[in-house]
Amino acid sequence: MDIAFIIIAALTFVSALAAISLRNLVHCALSVAVTFVGLALLYLKLGAEFVGFAQIVVYVGAVAILIVFAILLTKSSETSNEPRYSRGAIWSGVVAAVAFAGLVAAISASQVSLTSSPVAPSASVEKIGQDLMSKYVLPLEAIGLLLTAALIGAVIIAMKEKPAEGDEQ
Amino acid sequence: MTPLEHYLILSSLLFCVGLAGALTRRNAIVVLISVELMLNAANLNFIAFWKFGVDPAATDGVMVVIFSIGIAAAEAAVGLALIIAVYRHFKTVNLDQINSMKG
Repeated sequence: MDIAFIIIAALTFVSALAAISLRNLVHCALSVAVTFVGLALLYLKLGAEFVGFAQIVVYVGAVAILIVFAILLTKSSETSNEPRYSRGAIWSGVVAAVAFAGLVAAISASQVSLTSSPVAPSASVEKIGQDLMSKYVLPLEAIGLLLTAALIGAVIIAMKEKPAEGDEQ
Repeated sequence: MTPLEHYLILSSLLFCVGLAGALTRRNAIVVLISVELMLNAANLNFIAFWKFGVDPAATDGVMVVIFSIGIAAAEAAVGLALIIAVYRHFKTVNLDQINSMKG
């Protein structure tokens, strides 16, 4: 058990907990950005450098900023006195706790921990690029199409609604 | 070297925190944040299993996570656009108040 893993895991977990429990939504967005950084550090620790940096660029650089934009555009940044949690939140919390207990039981009962000596696979950027252009070229094209469609769709959804007489023309 | 189990337990912790957030919070933006947390927990599992896998030449786990990050970016963009459209219509993002199909 090494100390770096404990520190990174504690940072990730505490900031994830803060992201779902804080009252001010801007604080939630900042906490979730910290969680994303913690996960990127774990990826770097596991030897997946490219994924770690992609995580920083995409999640911290784009998704967290998008969330802050949405918070400001929907005027949710003011702290309100309404209750944060919906009705029956206790039961939802119980459901999450039971799910966690089930997952931990499954992990401790499984045989995965027997493979204690990893063979240390390496995924250099060169290898990832070659695989993307040969073995995974079809998924790459599909995800390019998906991102284009999502971009256009997001703009159309968020566009201002036209006045009613505009539909007739 | 940290054993595989610790990564799996951390990832199930993150998943359940995201699940609790998605089920309990009233604000749609926090629910979206929780969904992102759950997606990231799954990504951590993929990387951990890839690292402790048996084939040293495999890049499959890394590839799945790269594609998953791309899909998550598309999902976040569309989700937040939907939240902005809902806010413009209902003037609120409180999920307990958004309960009618036709305005």
